[in-house]
Amino acid sequence: MTHAWVGGGAGESTGVIKPNRLDYYAGGLVMLLGIGAAYTGSGYEMGSLTRMGPGFFPTALGVLLAFVGVLIAGSASFGEADEVHATSTPPDWRGWICIIAGALLFVLFASHGGLLLATFSCVFVAAMGDRTNTWKQAALLAAGVTVFGIVVFAYGLRVQIPIVGF
Amino acid sequence: MEIGFTDLIQGFGVALQPHNLLYCFIGVMVGNLVGVLPGMGVLSAVSILLPLTYGMPPVGAILMIAGIFYGAQYGGAICSILLNLPCHPPHAVTCLDGFPLTQQGKGGVALGITMIAALFGAAFGIIQMIFMAPYIANIAYSFGAAEICSLMLVGLLAGATLAKGSPLKGVAMTILGLLLGLVGQDINTGIERFTFGLLDLDDGVELVALSLGLFGIAEFLRSVNNTAPINTAYAKLRVSDMRPSKAEMKQAAFPILRGTLIGSLCSLIPGTGPTIASFVAYAAEKKIAKKPERFGRGAIEGVASPEASTHSSVQGDFIPTMSLGIPGDAAMALLLGALIIHGIQPGPRLIVEHADIFWGLIASFWLGNIMLIILNVPMIGIWVKMLMVPYRYLYPTALFFICIGVFAAKNTLFDVVMTVFFGVFGYILLKLRFEPAPILLGFVLGPRLEENFRRSLLISRGDLMTFIDRPISAFFLAVCVLLIAMQIWVRFKRKKPPILIPDTAYE
Repeated sequence: MTHAWVGGGAGESTGVIKPNRLDYYAGGLVMLLGIGAAYTGSGYEMGSLTRMGPGFFPTALGVLLAFVGVLIAGSASFGEADEVHATSTPPDWRGWICIIAGALLFVLFASHGGLLLATFSCVFVAAMGDRTNTWKQAALLAAGVTVFGIVVFAYGLRVQIPIVGF
Repeated sequence: MEIGFTDLIQGFGVALQPHNLLYCFIGVMVGNLVGVLPGMGVLSAVSILLPLTYGMPPVGAILMIAGIFYGAQYGGAICSILLNLPCHPPHAVTCLDGFPLTQQGKGGVALGITMIAALFGAAFGIIQMIFMAPYIANIAYSFGAAEICSLMLVGLLAGATLAKGSPLKGVAMTILGLLLGLVGQDINTGIERFTFGLLDLDDGVELVALSLGLFGIAEFLRSVNNTAPINTAYAKLRVSDMRPSKAEMKQAAFPILRGTLIGSLCSLIPGTGPTIASFVAYAAEKKIAKKPERFGRGAIEGVASPEASTHSSVQGDFIPTMSLGIPGDAAMALLLGALIIHGIQPGPRLIVEHADIFWGLIASFWLGNIMLIILNVPMIGIWVKMLMVPYRYLYPTALFFICIGVFAAKNTLFDVVMTVFFGVFGYILLKLRFEPAPILLGFVLGPRLEENFRRSLLISRGDLMTFIDRPISAFFLAVCVLLIAMQIWVRFKRKKPPILIPDTAYE
């Protein structure tokens, strides 16, 4: 039984990726992260148990993490499949690209262009990620947030970004 | 308790100062708003406001951030009862009976009962905090590095295994959080760890960037073009509808009491926050009911008990955070992070050394809860209108707040890029059915865990037995073993979990 959550509840179809396979990927990712951390950590000075160097703790955690990764992948085959239905949605490239681009445009224009341009482009591009938003709605929303943002953040809280400036 | 009483009066003196009153009001107001808005989480709301508090005095900042937490609980109930949307996980179970009540035209009564339950539960939680927190801190005062280390392990393990989702994955997330907490200069030697040559990472990963990536951007990536249609047909009500009848009050009285007690018990177990408290309360109420089949069809007890439980647990959750410096869940981890950012060392000394913060906070809980009742009863119409804001306008606006909030934390755009990185990473974790909340817990406790681990082994000259030889530390380790044994037992004994814990990211 799944609830209709605001995020990720609707429109999810079941059974595209089997939970077992998903847990293999999950365990693999954790294992990789653990090995990476242990490898990087072992590059720092280890020291002894009494006088631990900066490398001891990260290496130990990395090894532990890799071990947990093995356990996650290992327990995937123990028939956990009936517990929760696998949820999977078709990739939504438009939404993803627009949201990430919106945030990155903010970074770009905040350093070369000023807060006005940064805010407008961030909100406008992100809003275009929703398939039901029209150009006009996105532009209106962006304009509204820009006015609000400049009043509150530039004049009110004096955030260190010029309103217009390169 | 004479000392406690004078301290409390002093606390009211702090909380009633006009600027602190204002910060508390802003906190509960934002919290309430975030609770009402479908698709906004408490964690992201706190993270957005956190950088703005950097320039504020610490007392005001903490009062405001705390206000967001308990304020959101009030707003979340409105969303659950009127829209059948669990905008806020602790209130997911309130939907089960709250929405049927709404369909029967009793949504106002359900909300009225919720307010009474909320106030009662919160009051109990605050009283519990007044008496227990100084007492626990007193015990913890004598803890050495080894004890602190073992205690943190209990907190981390409980946070990882008792919360939602697979316990193994929770442990993985906690360890990942600990590792992320180590990024930057090592406190003892000054060597840079895991910075990959990036100067911006010298001071470590920015707390706000991590949390807004994991709980803000990752959530947008998941929800965009993928939100459930909202049924607003029933979202109309007047203030006069909220007054419950005498019979309804009588029906709700004992469930409120039971819910409160369950909530306060849950808050004492680290790792079990309000979400679990409300589910346990609902399950218990259904179990002892004479006619359990009424539940799910609009039983007033099914609203009263979990709501009381949530509120008493939210207030009680502050106890381990304030008295031991060990947060029970991700939300409290953020509060702890805020304390550290404001230069306040969390731990048992906090109550004595920063009495103004501790007692001011408790006094502000009273004031804040009263403000929330005032905000919610006469102004219910405004909040109901807020429910109508569609997600497609909400998330682009929130994205801007995230960008500017992260920038304001340290005045660097590098952190905004980090936020995007954590957002994408968090989305991948969500898709692989990880619960990212324990990352925050590990992240905040990571540096302190390492420091105390190193120190305790330095004192014992490298003898690992020190953790078992010291009785208090041995007790905590035994609790850890018990937690792990419990998980193994649950796994092999039971096929299905006893209560349904919804799998979602925002806490």
